[in-house]
Amino acid sequence: MSVRQSLLAILDQGPCYGYQLRTEFDRRTGSIWPLNVGQIYNTLDRLERDGLVAKGDTDEQGHVYYQITDAGHDEVTSWLSSPVVRSAAARDELAIKLAIAVTLPGVDISAVIQVQRRGSLRTLQDLTKTKNASGEPESAGDLAWQLVVDSLIFAAEAEVRWLDHSEARLARASAAGLMAPMQLTLEPPKRGRPVRAAVDNDAQVAGSL
Amino acid sequence: MSTQLAAGSTRPTKPDELLRLDGVAMHYGRGETSVTALAGIDLTVSRGELVAIMGASGSGKSTLLTIAGGLTQPTSGEVVIEGQWLSDLPSAQIAILRRRTLGFVFQDFNLIPTLTAQENVTLPLELDGWPRRKTRTAGLDALAAVGLKDHAQRFPEDLSGGQQQRVAIARAIVGTRRLILADEPTGALDSATGEGVLRMLRDRVDAGAGGILVTHDARHAAWADRIVFLRDGRIVDENVRDHPESLLAGRRTI
Ligand SMILES: Nc1ncnc2c1ncn2[C@@H]1O[C@H](COP(=O)(O)OP(=O)(O)OP(=O)(O)O)[C@@H](O)[C@H]1O
Ligand SMILES: [Mg+2]
Repeated sequence: MSVRQSLLAILDQGPCYGYQLRTEFDRRTGSIWPLNVGQIYNTLDRLERDGLVAKGDTDEQGHVYYQITDAGHDEVTSWLSSPVVRSAAARDELAIKLAIAVTLPGVDISAVIQVQRRGSLRTLQDLTKTKNASGEPESAGDLAWQLVVDSLIFAAEAEVRWLDHSEARLARASAAGLMAPMQLTLEPPKRGRPVRAAVDNDAQVAGSL
Repeated sequence: MSTQLAAGSTRPTKPDELLRLDGVAMHYGRGETSVTALAGIDLTVSRGELVAIMGASGSGKSTLLTIAGGLTQPTSGEVVIEGQWLSDLPSAQIAILRRRTLGFVFQDFNLIPTLTAQENVTLPLELDGWPRRKTRTAGLDALAAVGLKDHAQRFPEDLSGGQQQRVAIARAIVGTRRLILADEPTGALDSATGEGVLRMLRDRVDAGAGGILVTHDARHAAWADRIVFLRDGRIVDENVRDHPESLLAGRRTI
């Protein structure tokens, strides 16, 4: 949803036409997630449907300007003043791959981890090199770009840390004889609980301490 | 001394090779209680190359570094610095190599408490008989490179942990050091200050020095040209970065 709110926040600065919004979004996010014009117009249609923007004037070149409404302005304010909550249950390709790999017979899990770590480190090295080559920011646009690159760097680092952690954890589990692959079964799962419930439960436990 | 023998028994040195470890092994203690800290390490560092070493606690990283820096003698294997076999050199020669060529950042800083930051930094130059003025300038330059020019006259106990660490780094880069060996040089630093130190090390290396960086932090290892993994005293993997592909869309690519 951040594209929708980002466009709205830009429109809060003044009326814009579609292509202009695309340019504004790009230069404010370091051109790292380029949007196509189709996405922009789709989003504008939905914003208009929801009463957050309204079509305004058309200039000589035929550009249709969109203008933010009061409700749209309120939406921007509320976006900026509340945290972005990432869904705890959002699918993570790598976590799923590793979790599945652990249950399969004949898979060398430390090799799986090592291959991934090599890939993640490669990403991290490339990002670092790119950032280093660009030097100190010289404009607000540069700064936006660096912020975004840093966020990618920290995300890659977190991935490597998680791999290190998993490797150590699996080594301990293996030493304790817990690493038996899972057989196919017809029984319903007993131990799984939804993440949401787990979080609530932990919060209760923490609250009662 | 066995110059001919040692020289003949190993590969010849490449011209831009700064450091080479050949089959370096290290056992602490003897017999029943003996610990194998390193089990046969081959590693080279060339001019313009920064190598990161990663690995779990106890995997042998610090041991490798102190051996590479001539501070510890390996149980077996050879260390070659700028074409000189350390096993051939009398200890006085190794000491000269250490204060002229090598910069070493210790995991626990190793600052001398009775010397100011500046005196700590310039100690290797003074021991080497540098003239006073030149020594002073070099010391202040090195402290400036780690953002501590204003703290030159403070004693270690009047500095924060991170500042002490940066003094230790300044000492390792002062003057004309060509081989920088740094053991967790960013452990006590916040993330932005740590990045500043890495950028500075990277600049020195790009200007023709060579270095080894021991770190637990993948973000810092990413500044290196090569990332080496140790496990139980062995190199288990090496990540070489050749030419980076651009991962980022948009105008900024390299
Ligand atoms: N002086 C010593 N006497 C005996 N054993 C030692 C000595 N120094 C190190 N060791 C052992 O050698 C192994 C490698 O130690 P080393 O300090 O090189 O690890 P490291 O990778 O630097 O760990 P860390 O990340 O915790 O700093 C460890 O098992 C350690 O206990
Ligand atoms: Mg260590």
